[in-house]
Amino acid sequence: KYIHIINKADMAASKGLKILVGCKRVIDYAVKVRVKPDRSGVVTEGVKHSMNPFDEIAVEEAVRMKEKKLAGEAVAISVGPPQSQETLRTALAMGIDRAIHVEIPLAQLEKLQPIHVSKLLAKVCESEKPDLVILGKQAIDDDCNQTGQMLAALLDWPQATFASKIEPSQDSKQLRVTREVDGGLETIDVSVPAVVTSDLRLNEPRYATLPNIMKAKKKPLAKMSPDQLGVDLQPRQEVISVEDPPVRKAGAKVESVEDLVGKLREKGLVK
Amino acid sequence: FQASRAASLLPQLLLRRRPAPAGAFALLARPASSASGGLPPLTTEIHPGIKRGAFSQLTDADLSAFEAIVGGDHVIKDADEVLSYNIDWLRICRGQGQLVLRPKTTEEVSAIVRHCNKRRLAVVPQGGNTGLVGGSVPLFDEIVISTSRMNSLLSIDPVSGVLVAEAGCVLEQLDREAASQGLMMPLDLGAKGSCQIGGNLATNAGGLRLLRYGSLRGTTLGLEAVLPTGQVLDCLTTLRKDNTGYDIKQLLIGSEGTLGIITKAAILCPARPKSVQLAFLGLDSFQAVLDTYRLARRSLGEILSAFEFIDSESMRAVKQNLGLSCPLGEHSFYVLAETSGSNETHDREKLDGFIESVMSMDGCATDGTVAQDAGQFAHLWSLRERIVESLLVDGYEYKYDVSLPLADIYRLVEHMRTRLDGRVIRTAGYGHLGDGNLHLNFTTPKFDAKVLELIEPHVFDWVRDRRGSVSAEHGLGLKKSQYIRHSKADFAVRVMAEVKRLLDPNGIMNPYKVLPDE
Repeated sequence: KYIHIINKADMAASKGLKILVGCKRVIDYAVKVRVKPDRSGVVTEGVKHSMNPFDEIAVEEAVRMKEKKLAGEAVAISVGPPQSQETLRTALAMGIDRAIHVEIPLAQLEKLQPIHVSKLLAKVCESEKPDLVILGKQAIDDDCNQTGQMLAALLDWPQATFASKIEPSQDSKQLRVTREVDGGLETIDVSVPAVVTSDLRLNEPRYATLPNIMKAKKKPLAKMSPDQLGVDLQPRQEVISVEDPPVRKAGAKVESVEDLVGKLREKGLVK
Repeated sequence: FQASRAASLLPQLLLRRRPAPAGAFALLARPASSASGGLPPLTTEIHPGIKRGAFSQLTDADLSAFEAIVGGDHVIKDADEVLSYNIDWLRICRGQGQLVLRPKTTEEVSAIVRHCNKRRLAVVPQGGNTGLVGGSVPLFDEIVISTSRMNSLLSIDPVSGVLVAEAGCVLEQLDREAASQGLMMPLDLGAKGSCQIGGNLATNAGGLRLLRYGSLRGTTLGLEAVLPTGQVLDCLTTLRKDNTGYDIKQLLIGSEGTLGIITKAAILCPARPKSVQLAFLGLDSFQAVLDTYRLARRSLGEILSAFEFIDSESMRAVKQNLGLSCPLGEHSFYVLAETSGSNETHDREKLDGFIESVMSMDGCATDGTVAQDAGQFAHLWSLRERIVESLLVDGYEYKYDVSLPLADIYRLVEHMRTRLDGRVIRTAGYGHLGDGNLHLNFTTPKFDAKVLELIEPHVFDWVRDRRGSVSAEHGLGLKKSQYIRHSKADFAVRVMAEVKRLLDPNGIMNPYKVLPDE
């Protein structure tokens, strides 16, 4: 216990971890998404957007780690259109110290993929040198669940995905992350620097308070371009069409096992 | 629009922060009521002075006639089923109606009413049954005519914004339909998941956004109604301007079902705002609330779409009784200021300006938040919209809805709180500050006649003495008809009685309501 206390003091004495948090601007989860008539994508014009809910949780975790003195500085980063600045302002209003906006020109926005975002983030990590990157486990628009993992691979850092708890490890030299997996909960120790992705139960994000909303306007927000970072945004995939899911057909109830077998035979599902 | 802001659209994964579905109003398990094993006492027991009018009794011949009009399936005689139509949403009234009819068309309504008029059978028109003054349920054995099956949306014109619908359409559903055309219904209230547009018109419902979009008297372009004689009054124009003769629809709007049954309505819908923002502030004096309102009008003026206040007692009820959480600390008052506009960037700038002014004002809000996404937006609104529901959990609720000069609004709450100290569980004050409309509620575990005596007529007298209205938006119904002269001159009341006599010579249309006995 004595050793434990000394190590904790060490961690606190060493200015704490530097955290980089990823935020993505997505269509607000309460909005009913509509497919464009030409089936090239979904309607985004005039539609309410906000921060990806898992990214809100990531931001909240970073702010809490600062409050617990585990982290010294928290930086938010967003890759997206000019309006992503508003998403970053929300992060700043929640307690993040400064923000970076990698602005993507509209022409390339729709074709942006996790592979590109992870390369951009990797480049930023080279200069910012964070100890910990926290990303949302997935974005609610594409549900890819790839950026965190790809980023870790590009940086050759350990990754702890689907985190429901982040705390210092027993010896305080690593991070102990509890992960939500199909079988239940898995607890692993990862050394820093590392990439962690947030899952639903990690925390409940706070509301941005008025004083912090006002302070956020004065916090630094730096702009970068993919060119400056030397990342090629050439799309690797081509979206052929986006369609509504098929309308669910009504089912039928059967009265007996014989009926069931008969129907299965009819559909050619059994011989 | 905000009416559909959360409800069924949330994916499972965000369950933890799901705000109450907007339709929760009707779906929630209601609290056990006062006296007889869960049922409210009979209204006739609470008001023994009211005598049944000289109406006929229902006979088998009448039942056959009704069956011929609407079909056997839609004539409800089963006691258990009929019971729910006899009890109001607040569970303070229980009538003794024996029969419920559910017509599908205006013609059916007309035939029913014609028969009832000929036979001198009393009727009660009923929509969503969410009224708060006992106006939508029978007192004795009146026949309930439900508009629930008349729920077709007839047309929406995206260019003019005119929506035409049958009276039984639920407000929230109409708003969803309007949304698909880039429009919104001009009114919004807590009961939106259950209330019907016919009832909204009949009660001239106000709600959260009257401040911005005005009342139904302005936004209703036309209506169709069945008069107490059974004749169909067709004033269903969709024209914005039509000054040809007396505007008879205005008589029906706000008549609370005593001059006829509204069967169709044409409503002028505003454009759905592209940007809606919500600020939620904690304040420590009512003067600060008034000062904040002044600031809001100055800095947010043209985009302000709602300005509501909540007192600490109401917030306590919502937290204790419904388990909702408030993101701000303890304050004497909370304010919700909402903006609706066509440009998000501009509106955020205006809101920022408002917040800066609020924070630099003496004694004003330093604790507050601005909703960052739809989930926070819905949650913050639920803290205001679910107050009524939370108070019901206490047991029995005494509801008052008054208009007063702004400076007097909270004085009444403090005065009544002192007067009822120790006799009630709580005295809650909240409401549409922007409209000068206070909602004042008291709760006790069970109905207590002595408490009612302490409240009425004292609270109404207090309001009358300050030239306020004893019913700002809820109407008179059964519960307040005796107090009409507190806010209307005697001669005016007599003219109203003449109009009633003219349109309803046999007095069959929702008797015992709105106008006092004589």
